[in-house]
Amino acid sequence: MTLLGQFSLWIAFLLGVWCAVLSFSGRWERRPELAQTITRSVYAIFAALAVASVSLWKGLATHDFNIEYVAAYTSRNLPSAYIFSAFWAGQKGSLLFWAVVLSIFASAAQLLTSRRYDHLKPYVAGVTSAVTAFFVMVMLFGSSPFERLPYTPVDGRGLNPQLQNAGMVIHPPMLYLGYISITIPFAFAIAALLSKRLDTGWIQAIRKWTLVSWLFLSIGITLGMWWAYVELGWGGYWAWDPVENASFLPWLTMTAFLHSVMIQEKRGMLKKWNLGLIIGSFLLSIFGTFITRSGVISSVHSFTQSSVGWFFLGFLVIAGTLAFTLLYTRWPLLHADVQLEAMLSREAAFLFNNLLLVGIAFSVLWGTLFPILSELVRGTKITVGPPFFNRVNVPLGLLLLGLTGIGPLIAWRKASAANLRRQFVAPVAAGSITLVALLAGGMRDFYVIVAFSLAGFVAGTVIQEFARGVRARRRMHGESTSLALTRLVSRNRRRYGGYIVHVGILIYFVAFAGMAFKEEQEATLKPGQSINVRSPFGYTYTFTHVGISQFEQLNRIVSAATVEVRIDGKPAGVMVSEKRQHVDSFKRPTFEPSTEVGIRSGLREDVYVVFAGAVNGTEEAVYRFNINPLVWWVWFGGFVLAFGGLVTMWPGGEPTQRAVRPAQAGYGVALVGASE
Amino acid sequence: MQAGRKFLLGATLIVVSVGFLIAEGVKQTGVYFLTPTELAAKTASDPSFYDMGLKVGAKVVPGSIRRDAGGRRIDFTVSDGKQTYPVTYQGLVPDTFTDANDIDVVVEGRLQHDGVLHATDVLAKCGSRYEAVPKA
Repeated sequence: MTLLGQFSLWIAFLLGVWCAVLSFSGRWERRPELAQTITRSVYAIFAALAVASVSLWKGLATHDFNIEYVAAYTSRNLPSAYIFSAFWAGQKGSLLFWAVVLSIFASAAQLLTSRRYDHLKPYVAGVTSAVTAFFVMVMLFGSSPFERLPYTPVDGRGLNPQLQNAGMVIHPPMLYLGYISITIPFAFAIAALLSKRLDTGWIQAIRKWTLVSWLFLSIGITLGMWWAYVELGWGGYWAWDPVENASFLPWLTMTAFLHSVMIQEKRGMLKKWNLGLIIGSFLLSIFGTFITRSGVISSVHSFTQSSVGWFFLGFLVIAGTLAFTLLYTRWPLLHADVQLEAMLSREAAFLFNNLLLVGIAFSVLWGTLFPILSELVRGTKITVGPPFFNRVNVPLGLLLLGLTGIGPLIAWRKASAANLRRQFVAPVAAGSITLVALLAGGMRDFYVIVAFSLAGFVAGTVIQEFARGVRARRRMHGESTSLALTRLVSRNRRRYGGYIVHVGILIYFVAFAGMAFKEEQEATLKPGQSINVRSPFGYTYTFTHVGISQFEQLNRIVSAATVEVRIDGKPAGVMVSEKRQHVDSFKRPTFEPSTEVGIRSGLREDVYVVFAGAVNGTEEAVYRFNINPLVWWVWFGGFVLAFGGLVTMWPGGEPTQRAVRPAQAGYGVALVGASE
Repeated sequence: MQAGRKFLLGATLIVVSVGFLIAEGVKQTGVYFLTPTELAAKTASDPSFYDMGLKVGAKVVPGSIRRDAGGRRIDFTVSDGKQTYPVTYQGLVPDTFTDANDIDVVVEGRLQHDGVLHATDVLAKCGSRYEAVPKA
């Protein structure tokens, strides 16, 4: 099977190069049958990569340990779900995963894009094929998942225990789907530049794609936080680690893009900016893969490191140079249709939103690269950590949160004084009430007060928007409140879905601010001994060490430490944290021991217990106890955000827009229907 | 044009504050990341490197790890092959910090005049756990 897999990779590579050359030659513009050939070769690339993927999966499923990848990431006693996910657990497999998913997206873009964009499609095929060919090339010349060993081990090494987690089965593919799907909007942007058809057509063609990739990135990042929280055991979910930052960067620029395209659609402004943003987002998604895979910046998440990173760096430089040069040559064609009319206009609010998002992205990129930059410039490595990122991004993030509330309230073009008064009274009142309540409640942390008050203001904005819409429908159509609400959302999905996303964002902000009050205590306890930890909500937790038990389970030997929990003296059950030593089928230890955190999640706060080890083999245990406020709300905010995103993307709706742009709505139906 | 100019002013304000926040952030929170050899060279030429917050990246000397009875204080030695420093740390170490060979650690803390690195944080990464790591 590996021979077939390797052979398929070669086919995919040659097809990709050929398709790209044919596409960029532009000869299909006069010969329509060539355009068809280009589309068919995109499907053929997918077919070849599908064969390669099946070959790898077959090797994993049959425990063919002669294949280096299978031996390195699985073992006979690995639970079968992880055999399946081992496909993307290692670098070689994830390269194949990238390539095959990209070929699926590329085929979908050919298949589902309306005929209105036939003048762009062959160029789109060229870009997607070139990117696919690059990934296949890395496998062929860098690290192939089909490499065989000179001997056959009896058993494999098994999967890193920290990756043996349900979140880790879906987190990487989600993030990858986000990274990979950015390629499609990028391909359309390049196609628009190449064909010089620089009206808003390309933007309408990719609207669903940008939402798809933004949604996958959001879900992927949130799952990554969850994984870090339950698996890494340091007590938090975001450490401004380079790999985390790398996933955050394209999310920021895509968020900016989602807002700024609205200005181009409605007002014909920001054409250059939008092209720059989408090119930047694509490069950042490649940069993310580079950071994760190269190990140039040390990170707790970089499970695989190799020289493959340098392929990515080369690709990044070449792709960036070509794309921005192309943009530069088309500069004169990209003048705005109109000028900004007033500072108090939605355009201006969106522009500031974009500047802040890009500013945050720049600061995160700068901080992430600072060790390398300082070494290059000053010869000494200087690193910045969470204090830097918090210092810079907390104020910028809060400004952005404020704009989230302001933007929807200001009219397009030019807001009148009457408009402002009508719109701002209720939200500002909501924010002020929150502020007063916080101060009266004794809250003194400046940033937390600002964050919560702004969240009140944004919530006021969103509620006012929904309330007005519902009231108007009740008056005009005589509908009941619930029917009016349902129809309001389903007939204006983009707008109200967007508001729901804003609610998700403000929940995130509130949850992040809550972490300012976390409590942490370490203790060494003999059985029967206890320690008190005060919760920020005023209770006292008493943890009493019960004992340590040892047992075998699946593919590991477990030492489980149990504590009895009391809240203000009242019994509240027990919590267990484990130290796990993974073993192979001969009971020999594999990997270092790993920690399974005990977590009890609540609406107000999480109790987080880490068993750090027993003292010299006795029952005396070393613990860390964390009380983490509002963590549950991070995951809930993620749900709200994803729900809002789905509402925005859901096919149909927006009857007025469908009348104006029939082809675009039809495209949306086809795309979302297929991606389910 | 009036609106355009006002916007430009606002935009400049944002760009300048982002730049200021970054520059100030680096100045206030940036710490040196040194190998033991570099640290020795720095302290030899500039005594202000004592008692300054910094990070040291090195390997743990195998067999040097000593944990006290309570399990929460750890003493060990780090080395880059040329220069060696003793480290003392009060706190919990990550799972990857073991007695095995080839553990890369990043020690964050201060070098005191007694020649000991007083760590406030220890990050560990075991070489055997990953695929071949090319030395940068």
